[in-house]
Amino acid sequence: MPAELTRILPQSVPLSWYLILSAILFSLGVAGFLFRRNIITVFMSIELMLNAVNLTFVAFSYHLKQVDGHIFSFFVMVVAAAEAAVGLAIILTVFKNRSTLEIDEVNSMKL
Amino acid sequence: MDALLFLTFAGIAVLCGINLILQTHPISSALSLVGVMGSLAVLYLLLGGAFIAAVQLIVYAGAVMVLFVFVIMLLNAGAERKSSKPAVRAWISLPLIFTFVILLGGLIASRAPADAAVRFGEFTGGTAANIGRALFTAYLLPFEVTSILILIAILGAVVLARKEI
Amino acid sequence: MHHLWLIPAFPLAGFLINGIAGRRMPKTAVNIAAVGSVLLSFLWVLKVLAGLGSLEDAYIERYFTWIQSGFVNVSFDFAVDRLTAVMLMIVTGIGLIIHIYATGYMSHEGGYYRFFSFMNLFMFFMLTLVLGANYLVLFVGWEGVGLCSYLLIGFYFLKKSAGDAGKKAFIVNRIGDFGFSLAMFLIMVTFGSLDFGQVFAKAQPMAVEHQAGTVTLICILLMVGAAGKSAQLPLYVWLPDAMEGPTPVSALIHAATMVTAGVYMVARSAPLFNHAPIALDVVAVAGLLTAVMSATIGLTQYDIKKVFAYSTVSQLGYMFLGLGVGAYSAGIFHVMTHAFFKALLFLGAGSVIHALSGEQDLRMMGGLRKKIPVTFITLVCAAVAIAGVPPFSGFMSKDAILLSAHHHHPWMYWVGVITAGMTAFYVFRAIFMCFFGAYRGSAHPHESPVSMTGPLAILALLSLGGGYFNVPQYLEPMFGGQHAPHETTLVLISVMAGAAGILLAFLFYVIKPGLADGLSRAFGPVYRLVYDKYRVDELYDATVVHPIRDGSRLLLWRGFDVGVIDGVVNGAGSVARLIGGGLRHMQSGYIRRYAAWVVVGAIVLLAAAAGMGGQR
Repeated sequence: MPAELTRILPQSVPLSWYLILSAILFSLGVAGFLFRRNIITVFMSIELMLNAVNLTFVAFSYHLKQVDGHIFSFFVMVVAAAEAAVGLAIILTVFKNRSTLEIDEVNSMKL
Repeated sequence: MDALLFLTFAGIAVLCGINLILQTHPISSALSLVGVMGSLAVLYLLLGGAFIAAVQLIVYAGAVMVLFVFVIMLLNAGAERKSSKPAVRAWISLPLIFTFVILLGGLIASRAPADAAVRFGEFTGGTAANIGRALFTAYLLPFEVTSILILIAILGAVVLARKEI
Repeated sequence: MHHLWLIPAFPLAGFLINGIAGRRMPKTAVNIAAVGSVLLSFLWVLKVLAGLGSLEDAYIERYFTWIQSGFVNVSFDFAVDRLTAVMLMIVTGIGLIIHIYATGYMSHEGGYYRFFSFMNLFMFFMLTLVLGANYLVLFVGWEGVGLCSYLLIGFYFLKKSAGDAGKKAFIVNRIGDFGFSLAMFLIMVTFGSLDFGQVFAKAQPMAVEHQAGTVTLICILLMVGAAGKSAQLPLYVWLPDAMEGPTPVSALIHAATMVTAGVYMVARSAPLFNHAPIALDVVAVAGLLTAVMSATIGLTQYDIKKVFAYSTVSQLGYMFLGLGVGAYSAGIFHVMTHAFFKALLFLGAGSVIHALSGEQDLRMMGGLRKKIPVTFITLVCAAVAIAGVPPFSGFMSKDAILLSAHHHHPWMYWVGVITAGMTAFYVFRAIFMCFFGAYRGSAHPHESPVSMTGPLAILALLSLGGGYFNVPQYLEPMFGGQHAPHETTLVLISVMAGAAGILLAFLFYVIKPGLADGLSRAFGPVYRLVYDKYRVDELYDATVVHPIRDGSRLLLWRGFDVGVIDGVVNGAGSVARLIGGGLRHMQSGYIRRYAAWVVVGAIVLLAAAAGMGGQR
């Protein structure tokens, strides 16, 4: 089985495949943001977008044979963690005040 | 072997991503997101980022997602109900997203370096020692600043979670 | 330096004093300021004329450069020559007499100081008009007397008819002024200057235009201006309505001075008119037609002031006839004699009205000759003068004109004779209806005070003896027109026409009073047409006033003002609101919509990156 697979599969994965995968994951994150109504799910879509970007960073870090991409990715994770903490605290407050987790209910800042 | 691994885990990542946006209950979405993070960790490994893969699993999947699950269960909101008037109509958003994806993909495909290929083991700079060295020499300032950032985040979270607000 | 500027400056001072402080001054102070200023002006005129001698050439005083722009160079000058001298005497002399009369006539009226301030302002402008040494200074006076005419006609401004009459006078005048302005533009372009001396010097060597040319056009436009100011066809319609003003105003402005401004202006432009025989014919025919038409209307009117108003229009026609046939000095002579007897007629009518406490309808008068004898005698003097009875003033001036008319074109003479007959008829009709027969009214007639009868007496003497002032010989060297031979038959015929008119009036209104009504019933439709002033006012209303007003309302107001201008202004607001309403949706409060906008922006950026083909 591995022999046939090795014949049809490419020897090495082109870099563009990683990037396209990252693009697809990012778009899925955007789709989730636009379509879902639960605040927490929206937040998780944002985390998905951040992950996709991390993948791009690491891929290019490999391509340029430098470690800076990893550092970037590292900082992104740190910031994402901090943001998750504060964001969830805000969500908790919103839930305490409005007793709803629908993102469309939080719409009083409008013209 | 690389290609097989890549395709497998890329597929898992995409499927989990789709599952994230299609599920109605947030818990299911959270677990799908954990799945995505796991697959991405393997992909990082393939790209030579051992440290990053580990950090992804420990911090992201292990801490952040736990926090998410914790909050979901605390709020106990339940599954989403169908709504009559969505804020963004489907007939606008779908074309938008499609355009976005295609544009992005097209750009990447046309601009990406043609001969670049990823083979496992070619890049060995992603070790903890390497990252630690870079972190404490070239990127010292951002490192210290992020510590302050985390401090602020902690303060903010504590203030927000109080009862009087 | 004779300080000609003092002549108009005295009345201007009177205007300022009465206008600013007159309200708080006692009546005697107002009188002193008003009459005194005109008296001073009159005395200064006498002094200047005595000092200037025979005035073979014009005496010019230049004051300052008024307009200096490119080749347009107009300075503010006053000039005196023989024509100006005659006009100055008329304006200040008759003006003085009428001011004295007005102190008596207006003594019971409200706005006393305002009346005299306007009268003084009028004197200022009229004197500026007469003294001007170029067309533009003349025009300043021209416009100014039009303004004062409006102010004084509408003196009783609480009466709507008075206000309307004032507006009508001013607007119809304006039409004439437009013609005058066009003439001035043409003069400036053709001759390069507006100064009388320069223009006439440049015109002198030009050929006489037997076919229409620039000078003919200039002269016809000048005549349009004169027609507006001097109430000739077709712009005479304001003068009968102007009788809404107080009687001294009718006497001074609409008989003696302002309406003669047109005659003066045409006479002043004689060197130009002499080069355009076509224009002269236009002037003569216009004057003649006006004379005949308004005489016929005057036959039928019952308001004593309206009869005299149409008489004024008719006599002005005579003056223009005289100018048009080349007898400029005869025309100006008639200006002078007409000033005497027409002012007297109006002031006498004012005395009658004052005696009857405001009654103006001839049908309500009668048999007054025993009750107001001084007024009666002075009015009879004026009537015989205007009827052309020799050897009084009217006969001398009218005959000079008629003889020149016959010399020019005989048919003009015959039409003029018929008009003279009609003039005699309607004036004596008024006299007989007013002073003879039984009194048909209900007031208590009383004679007027000396302040009124005094001026009447002076004017009566002037009307009778004014024919001997030798004005034609005095003015002849200036105009050098044709001198008509003296034919006794023609003179006799015109005198007999006048006598026939008087006798007919006597027949109709003293011997057989019912005859006139019988005739008017027999000729019913014709009589009504003439009584309605040939419905000219209605014609103007339908053809000019209504189209302009309705067109204005529809096109300019609804179409342009409301539709376009308001539409643009309101439309700007509506457009702003529309755009705002559209942009409002960008801030709907829905977070996911904001995210959608972000995606749109990202797509735009990606497309730009793809389009630009850069690597960044």
